Amino acid sequence: MEFLFYFGDVFTQFNFMLLLIGTIGGLILGATPGLSPTMAVALLIPFTFKLDATQGLILLGAAYTSTVAGGAVSAILLKIPGAPANIATTLDGHTMAKNGQGARALQLSFISSAIGGVFGVLLLIFLTPVLAEWALAFGPSHLFWLAILGVTVIGSLDSSSVVKGLLSGCIGLWLATIGFDDVMGAQRFIFHSSVSGGINIIPALIGLFAIPQVITMFAKGRHQHDAEVLKVEKSPIMDSIREVFRRSRALSIGTLTGSFVGLIPGVGGQIAGLVAYDQARKTSPEQKKFGTGHSEGVIAAESANNAMVGPSLVPLLTLSIPGSPTAAVLLGGLLIHGIFPGSDLFENYPDVAWTFINSMLIGQILMCVFGLYVAGLAARVAQVPNAVMAAVVLALAVFGSYSVQNSMGDVYIMAALGTGMYFLERFGFSAAPLVLGLILGPIAEANFVQGAMIANATSSMGSYFFTGALNLTLIGIVVASIAYSVWMELRQRRYLSKEDTLEREEQVT
Amino acid sequence: MTNLPRTQHIVASGLVAAVGVWVAWLSFTGEPARAFLFPRIISVAFVALAVWTFGKALLGKTKVGPGLGRIATLNILPGIVVMLIYVFWAAQTLGFYTASTIAFFILLSLYDPAPHDAARTWVKRVLITAGFLAVMYGLFALLLGVFTPREILF
Repeated sequence: MEFLFYFGDVFTQFNFMLLLIGTIGGLILGATPGLSPTMAVALLIPFTFKLDATQGLILLGAAYTSTVAGGAVSAILLKIPGAPANIATTLDGHTMAKNGQGARALQLSFISSAIGGVFGVLLLIFLTPVLAEWALAFGPSHLFWLAILGVTVIGSLDSSSVVKGLLSGCIGLWLATIGFDDVMGAQRFIFHSSVSGGINIIPALIGLFAIPQVITMFAKGRHQHDAEVLKVEKSPIMDSIREVFRRSRALSIGTLTGSFVGLIPGVGGQIAGLVAYDQARKTSPEQKKFGTGHSEGVIAAESANNAMVGPSLVPLLTLSIPGSPTAAVLLGGLLIHGIFPGSDLFENYPDVAWTFINSMLIGQILMCVFGLYVAGLAARVAQVPNAVMAAVVLALAVFGSYSVQNSMGDVYIMAALGTGMYFLERFGFSAAPLVLGLILGPIAEANFVQGAMIANATSSMGSYFFTGALNLTLIGIVVASIAYSVWMELRQRRYLSKEDTLEREEQVT
Repeated sequence: MTNLPRTQHIVASGLVAAVGVWVAWLSFTGEPARAFLFPRIISVAFVALAVWTFGKALLGKTKVGPGLGRIATLNILPGIVVMLIYVFWAAQTLGFYTASTIAFFILLSLYDPAPHDAARTWVKRVLITAGFLAVMYGLFALLLGVFTPREILF
């Protein structure tokens, strides 16, 4: 119950103001199509430089929480999911809005998001210290395998091609080795003065997530958002609260699915929302109503994508392994404030860790309260033309990258990585495993080198890295996650080729 | 799959494979050897996966990724050129805020769907640019005190 001691810190004037700014800003950013939670948090990091670690994390945590929920606004009113996590919400949410129940759909979405989110953060509160204690048993070889696990799980699960996902992870791991090595101080892969100090993670994150989005907006050309914002009528909020609790089955399926999915590294809000929606539909006595504007669809999807937020931070705070791209960006935020998360985070920085977690709990409630008021405005912001959005994001990316170290080199890195990533994405490569490789590379290398030294002194490298229950378990999970993804890919390909054959047969007949 | 994306896939995966081979060569020839131990391990995996992807592209079996269409390429080209000039030359030569104002206005004008022959739309673009840059200046220069290269004007 240590978290209760730090509860008051959230309510200091400045901290609470930051929480409000993060929540309202996040709702608006989340509702803007093309601004994913990861990109929104990455663009916000430079604004935290002047803040201390706790304040910076409160701002980033609030933005993370509310961008996920804010995405429901454009999903419901415009049928454009603000983020991939809100795809399932469009299925019933937009139909409800078209049927004249837009306000009700928004209320159901924010109330269920808050309930799911609070449950997820409570899980984070109670699971994290237990796992942090358990993580103390981890030695260099285990931490090395954990880092590899982080890259391979995201590489294989987050990409449409397992091989290209893993290849992206390798590129990230290689990029992490650019600069001076920690042990010998030798120069590695320095082909330009901009990278002589290595690749700073914040400009890299901004570039990898923001610039491909900017170029994608360019690709649409002079295209106007022509989606109509559906009008929001008045709806009694108490009715919506009653409705959420009346649909407790959908709510609990969403919350539990989201929490479980959040704990698995690499499986993001998109999967949480879709799996919860599917499960709620399959177990519902009103199956046929799904897709026609059924409240259970909105409740299940939205409770799931917010329930995922808290648990997705558990591996980050206990093992310093970010479980999702947004958690990776938050890790960047922690590192820039001199805090290295891991098993001793709660011993060394209990005030920072607990205030951050508590602020996420309060943030869920604020998100619900403000969400209902800001929804209309956020939907209007979602209609900002691509031209304005692309120019704004590009300028923010340049300013943000420069302000990390007042270095033009960082701006060059940001632009080069971002432009390269856009082209790679067009050919099936993914930014998330590359980022994970970049972030986890130094952790993997430091523990590999340390492990190699221990192995030289005690046993052989093989027996140090490949024996022991924990090592074998971690290696087993690495292999299983890759094998599972390969199996899924093959199954999907078989299904697609079967469809293709059927289509051809139909054309012939 | 049409021929165009297949060729594109071959070129793209070929470039990645070339980078992989180059990284591996540098890793295995770099000294001191101990400093390159970890890059050597990564580069082996890098090359193996990159060659596999390249092989699949050669056989026409790469089915992931839409490639680059002609219209999309023509659309992104002016934007990328403005972006690269802004980042790699103008920001430092003209000063951050001057360069940002010019780049912002050009991008807005290039991609704005509003008609380009009406004076009202140009006024709107000027106002949006001025408003956004004023906010950025207030936020970065005045509130957060971030130093930026200043050459022309501010």
